[in-house]
Amino acid sequence: MTMAGHKHIDEVTGVETTGHVWDGDLCELNKPLPKWWLYVFYACCVWAFGYWMVYPAWPTLTGYTQGYLGYSQRAAVTAEVNAAKAAQDTYRQAIANTPITEVKGKEDLMQFAMAGGAAAFGDNCSGCHGRGAQGALGYPNLNDDDWIWGGSVEQIEYTIAHGIRNGADEARNSAMPRFGLDGILEPAVISDVANYVRSLSGSEQVDADAAGRGKATFAEQCAACHAEDGKGNQEMGAPNLSDAIWLYGGSQEAVTQSIVTGRGGAMPAWAPRLDPVTVKMLAVYVHSLGGGK
Amino acid sequence: MSATAAVKPALSNALAMGSAAVFAALGVFLAVNGVDPVMNLHGALLALASVLALIYIFTHQTEERSGYLDGPIRVATLAAVFWGVIGFAAGDFIAWQLAFPALNFDLPWTTFGRLRPLHTSAVIFAFGGNVLLATSFYVVQRTSRARMPGRWSPWFVIWGYQLFIVLAATSYVLGATQGKEYAEPEWHVDIFLTIVWVTYLLVFLGTLWKREEPHIYVANWFYLAFIVTVAMLHLVNGLSVPVSFLGSQSYPVMAGVQAAMTQWWYGHNAVGFFLTAGFLGIMYYFVPKRVERPVYSYRLSIVHFWSLIFLYIWAGPHHLHYTALPDWAQTLGMTFSIMLWMPSWGGMINGLMTLSGAWDRLRTDPVVRLLVVSVAFYGMSTFEGPLMSIKAVNSLSHYTDWTIGHVHSGALGWVGMVSFGAIYCLVPWLWKREGLYSIKLVEWHFWLSTIGIVLYITSMWVAGITQGLMWRAYDNLGFLKSFAPSAGFCSSSVAS
Repeated sequence: MTMAGHKHIDEVTGVETTGHVWDGDLCELNKPLPKWWLYVFYACCVWAFGYWMVYPAWPTLTGYTQGYLGYSQRAAVTAEVNAAKAAQDTYRQAIANTPITEVKGKEDLMQFAMAGGAAAFGDNCSGCHGRGAQGALGYPNLNDDDWIWGGSVEQIEYTIAHGIRNGADEARNSAMPRFGLDGILEPAVISDVANYVRSLSGSEQVDADAAGRGKATFAEQCAACHAEDGKGNQEMGAPNLSDAIWLYGGSQEAVTQSIVTGRGGAMPAWAPRLDPVTVKMLAVYVHSLGGGK
Repeated sequence: MSATAAVKPALSNALAMGSAAVFAALGVFLAVNGVDPVMNLHGALLALASVLALIYIFTHQTEERSGYLDGPIRVATLAAVFWGVIGFAAGDFIAWQLAFPALNFDLPWTTFGRLRPLHTSAVIFAFGGNVLLATSFYVVQRTSRARMPGRWSPWFVIWGYQLFIVLAATSYVLGATQGKEYAEPEWHVDIFLTIVWVTYLLVFLGTLWKREEPHIYVANWFYLAFIVTVAMLHLVNGLSVPVSFLGSQSYPVMAGVQAAMTQWWYGHNAVGFFLTAGFLGIMYYFVPKRVERPVYSYRLSIVHFWSLIFLYIWAGPHHLHYTALPDWAQTLGMTFSIMLWMPSWGGMINGLMTLSGAWDRLRTDPVVRLLVVSVAFYGMSTFEGPLMSIKAVNSLSHYTDWTIGHVHSGALGWVGMVSFGAIYCLVPWLWKREGLYSIKLVEWHFWLSTIGIVLYITSMWVAGITQGLMWRAYDNLGFLKSFAPSAGFCSSSVAS
């Protein structure tokens, strides 16, 4: 049996088969490669060889072939970033030279600061404070007019630049005592104070007797920072307890937990990471969100 | 091949029972001594499967040896359909999760992050893998005129692979993962798969070795390239050090950009050798067989086979454009992807042009239509792939739904349709039936899936290009718009 014995001309195409047959009827035509297929394949290869000449391509013992263009992805992106910075330079310089309280009065600067602040906010702040600056449990809402460390544009700028309780001396530092964890107050007393604190904002689910008992302890332990009427003190970052806006929740359990642990949320300092103009623009943006003083 | 002989291969039976006993003992040991629940469960599953195998082998020591060994092929065919239903349903479900996050149910086991690899592995490895096992065992026996070697090895390949699927799926749901895309199973599951896969290679090679045909048919070149390369990819990408030999956790040997490059060398060649070369093997047998025409060009099949496997293995870096990967590696990934275009299309030409003289079958036989449209989708996605590998295009398409659309035009259009075309041929042959239960249902299948895939791809193009444009949108003052908070976001305070 020779292979040639199987070869035959396919009637439909008039092309000879290779003579191999499998599984009864499987055979193959001995057609040449389609010309267009071969030439497009060659063209792709020629293009690839050309590309290798021009761009970094092949590793060598000591590095890699650089290509005639001397292209580098890192250099290209650096150039683009620098060009983008240069395009913004006029406005950035102007903002740097304008006191922050006066930015709002200059329409073109304000427009630039708002756009830049919004972009920087989305990139750096929205992770905790949310895409709409609406905050979340433990992260203040920045749209309302309830400010823990002050809502003037200078105060906001300081908070952004130096952060809160992050270990740095410049940070906004204050520490509420851990009344429960450190055994300063008995659990029953803490429960009474929590009831009293919740009564300050007019909560209806308050145990009135307990709140009455807690009033004296509040005056003794809490009023120094949170004030006699519970309206807080922004100098010390002591939140207003009478406005029904709760950073850690306003249920009996949540308020009790706040008194037991002292909470002590932290925020990073942004001055070491962002340039001063960006911090300034962020402050203008946050100040504009609705509740700036 | 037709003579029937009842034989009792004592050595094979003893070896098989011995192996099953060893696996059972190992399973019990791990079930008891494993240091985490995943290892305990996997030990128990291994022990259970091994004991069932032991009982089966003990009670089936006599073999009726006649013609080809088709039993394992029937199992793999049914398994392909079974896992297919699960894999497609999982994909549909996680798509709903994207639109309605509440469907994560706030349970760790049902989150998108765990169900997504369940979907990808179920469709690629469970569905696609079983189609490849079934068709390769069928094709290599017929085109070699030889029965598969081994009394139990082919059975071990099929059932061992099903056990691998169960081990992988339970890992994902329980949160045990290597975190490598399309290679999520942990080290112990990887080792088990290696044992199954090497047995698969030996059974396949043994059949070729025993062949009574002078030449090796083209489909078998592609199947063999698929089996060998997947073994190599799996071993290198899976290199890791277990935290404990009794636990399911491990750390990869490579780190940083080397790990990323290895991962995408693996990932892209999983597409190239699992989903392309393997399924081209299917195409090369089932298209000419079904339309009863010779393969269009023997010479094209040689040139496109060797150029495909030589060029594909370089293309992985195009998944890492504009990352820490060095410029030169990105260049090679891109240029090899472009050179790969025609070698890929060689398969399309050979598939489509095999119909010359039988184009009327497209009208009369919906199974042929499934096979042919699968080749058309193959041609489209192997054009789109090189296009998306070009850095300028990639800077728009990467990290968008365009990529997901591209994957699905290949997976649903090419892999899915060629698989169902092959299954529709295979089932009547394997179960000795006159034909399919209902050709009309095949018509419905064809039209529903064709329309569905076209809608899927086009909507993902629109979504992906829009996302790509949004990523790079700047406002007129030079700030990236994608970072800006969405306007009109309603404010809410944490109040009670």
